[in-house]
Amino acid sequence: MSTIPAVEVREASVVVGAEPIWSDLSFDIGPGEFAAVLGPNGAGKSTLLKAILGLLPLAAGTLRVLGSSPAEARPRIGYLPQRRHFQADLRVRGIDIVGLGLDGDRWGLPLPRLIRPSAQRQRTAVIDEMIDLVGATAFARRPIGELSGGEQQRLLIAQALVRRPQMLMLDEPLDSLDLPNQAAVAALIADVSHQTAITVVMVAHDVNPILTYLDRVIYLAGGAGLAGPPSEVITAETLTRLYGTPIEVLHSARGPVVVVGQPDLTGVHGDQHGGHHHP
Amino acid sequence: MITGLHLLAAGGVHDLLAAGGVRDLLTSGSVHAGWNPWSDMRQMLAYHFMVNALRAGSITAVAAGLIGWFMILRGQSFAGHTLAVVGFPGAAAAIWAGLAATWGYFGACTAAAILIGSTGYRRPGGEAAGESALIGTVQAFALACGLLFVALYKGFLNSLTGLLFGSFLGVTDSQVLALLAMAGIIVVVLGVIGRPLLFASVDPDVARARGVPAQFVSAAFLVLLGVATAEVSQITGSLLVFALLVMPAATAHRITPRPVLGLALSVAVALLVVWIGLGLAFYSVYPVGFYITTTGLVCYLGSAAARRAATRRRAATRRRASRPDPSGLSS
Repeated sequence: MSTIPAVEVREASVVVGAEPIWSDLSFDIGPGEFAAVLGPNGAGKSTLLKAILGLLPLAAGTLRVLGSSPAEARPRIGYLPQRRHFQADLRVRGIDIVGLGLDGDRWGLPLPRLIRPSAQRQRTAVIDEMIDLVGATAFARRPIGELSGGEQQRLLIAQALVRRPQMLMLDEPLDSLDLPNQAAVAALIADVSHQTAITVVMVAHDVNPILTYLDRVIYLAGGAGLAGPPSEVITAETLTRLYGTPIEVLHSARGPVVVVGQPDLTGVHGDQHGGHHHP
Repeated sequence: MITGLHLLAAGGVHDLLAAGGVRDLLTSGSVHAGWNPWSDMRQMLAYHFMVNALRAGSITAVAAGLIGWFMILRGQSFAGHTLAVVGFPGAAAAIWAGLAATWGYFGACTAAAILIGSTGYRRPGGEAAGESALIGTVQAFALACGLLFVALYKGFLNSLTGLLFGSFLGVTDSQVLALLAMAGIIVVVLGVIGRPLLFASVDPDVARARGVPAQFVSAAFLVLLGVATAEVSQITGSLLVFALLVMPAATAHRITPRPVLGLALSVAVALLVVWIGLGLAFYSVYPVGFYITTTGLVCYLGSAAARRAATRRRAATRRRASRPDPSGLSS
């Protein structure tokens, strides 16, 4: 495994419009790590993801992704944007959505696989492998609009993986899933990360479903950021300092760490019970 | 002053002259269906106007089947209807100016499509109330303008029915060629942008992240939709374009969720609808627009019923699977 960090951020700042989103941010994400970008709404989590994808320029500092500039690295990154719903009456199969992730951006007719059956078989094999990896084989041939949120999310993860990227970027993939599906999809992402040695960067507003799997945490709040292993960042002392409000971190008997904060502090406590929604 | 040459060049007049003669033929009782479909078909194809009607209809069906499938997928029926309504004053103005209606349809529909595309048409669902009010206003004004041009042209108010509800009489050879050229453009362009268009239609965010120029692809599709609407208008009239643009595509979407199969099915249903519609119109005195629309409706209702039956069967299978012993109550 290479020792070059998958993401290397040095004293980076981003300004959108005239507003500084965050500044002086520095952290590394190692190859093959499972990292989470956490923080309250409006802290600039999605902005950080866009900067890593090279869709948003830095105002200051440097940012290296997979050993090159963000724009050069983009083809090697699988990206899952913030939760999107397929309309219930959309009659396109899940397997076609995954297939579009493989070659949907190409112009012209798919001549090679129309002419050569081997090319078609090879394509089908890649798609089937990814669908199998995310456990979506049973429902991949049904129209995606008819599937549940969790089933759709599995297929979208397969879509992001189908080009065998070196890094996977997920923007709030657990948002608006019910509790069992949150746990299942979180376990799936961790599983994929470990099985394929892919670096995973995931934006989340609730840390609890993924806390046990994380190698690294980047916490954004109030225009500043803090990065490190969860054991160092997810502590009462650090979080209280970051938020300027008392926050407790409880260690439950079964091992996993549970974070509890003030009720009005979105993002840190277990607010998924209330069906919390984001714009 | 309108010269005789002008009158000959005017598509509307040409239509009407031919229509007068053909209508006499169709109502005189010399054309009637027998029991032998083969000889019926040969009788029908003995008339050049009928051969041209079938050519024009078939070309149009291919274009409408393909574009319609994407239009339904993208939920842009409202845009399609607006383009069709704008085509009506275009065609009426062309006839008034002494041109063939064909050019009016293509000019008006394509220009409107470019206009809507350049103003950044948002997909329905994201459509603001003000936007739909604007489109409604444009539709009403377009119909009124068409009426004005027909009135300015004086007399021949018969052509009003043809422009709004379709006519298969008096399709000239050059019109068939124009339809073929436009359909050719649609097929070629769709072949080039088809996959990115599908990607941008079902999954715009990821498509953009993968480098698909979603805005360009959407605008290009809107122009193709304008061209297709102009084609269909010449067969079904401005108000019945959905008979070919929506019904076959909606039927295909109900039957299969596979993109390639759906496109093929959409074209096949459109062809079937046109052929049956033209055949029925030839052997009766009632307008072709009615027959094409009714055939399309039958296809759509049939597919909807089949879909519902399939869903119910699947639900029943699932219920049986989850409840292993239903016999306890019934016996």
